[in-house]
Amino acid sequence: MTVPLLVFYLFSAVAVAAGAMVISARNPVHSVLFLILAFFNGAGLFVLVGAEFLAMVLVVVYVGAVAVLFLFVVMMLDINFVRLREGFLQYLPIGALIGLILLVELFLVLGTWALSPAAIGVPIERPMPLGATNIEALGDLFYTDYFYLFQAAGLILLVAIIGAITLTLRVRPRVRRQQIAEQVHRREEETVDLRKVQPGSGI
Amino acid sequence: MAIPISHYLTVAAILFTLGIFGIFVNRKNVIIILMSIELMLLAININLVAFSAYLGDLAGQVFAMFVLTVAAAEAAIGLAILVVYFRNRGSIEVEDISLMRG
Repeated sequence: MTVPLLVFYLFSAVAVAAGAMVISARNPVHSVLFLILAFFNGAGLFVLVGAEFLAMVLVVVYVGAVAVLFLFVVMMLDINFVRLREGFLQYLPIGALIGLILLVELFLVLGTWALSPAAIGVPIERPMPLGATNIEALGDLFYTDYFYLFQAAGLILLVAIIGAITLTLRVRPRVRRQQIAEQVHRREEETVDLRKVQPGSGI
Repeated sequence: MAIPISHYLTVAAILFTLGIFGIFVNRKNVIIILMSIELMLLAININLVAFSAYLGDLAGQVFAMFVLTVAAAEAAIGLAILVVYFRNRGSIEVEDISLMRG
């Protein structure tokens, strides 16, 4: 037992336990927090295998953005979560059966998996450069070979931003908002009216 | 490498199964279903990164990065749809989402 192996077992055990808690916690807020824990441990697994950049991205994107978004939605919506859990025990057997079958299938695939002898001599498409850090090597790929795909990924995020905003934007009638353009375009002669008021008589 | 690749594949397989299991068990709660999908995507990313590291091929990590991008976009859009749906119907039960059944 070496130290990396022990650390691997720690990370993976916590990740699996947190994953189990995500789907079984009574309170959805706890589910989100366990999801954050699972992603932290996933990031730890990535660091162990030498993918530092993806580990940092996982922490920043998932813990910083997606999990907070989940937390925000869970807390913002006024939902009766007890009612949503009613069918839990009813669906448990069928879910367990399907999960077990899938797990057995996956392990059968893993158990017989081996590198094909024909694939051993095949040159690797994007070999890891020696002496470069993980971020440098990935950056070299992203901005050269995968440049168009990288831009497309950015475009997907842009579409997601626009979609999320337009979906949730609500124009409410009878709400008076500040209209800056009108305020800026006001001129003095339209708004201010100077009058000479005679003493003793009103306007 | 100190850790054999089969360990990583096993953890990923267990996490993926937990995601599937979560979708079946929490059939009523869309939020938990979305979280289960995130869990499954994490498992897939673990597989991609593990193979990338053990084969010495960086393309797997590039692909994992794209999977992360799409997962983030999917979560944002899914939650936005959820918020809009809750505003219109006052509920997020999956069984209530049957407007298109006619």
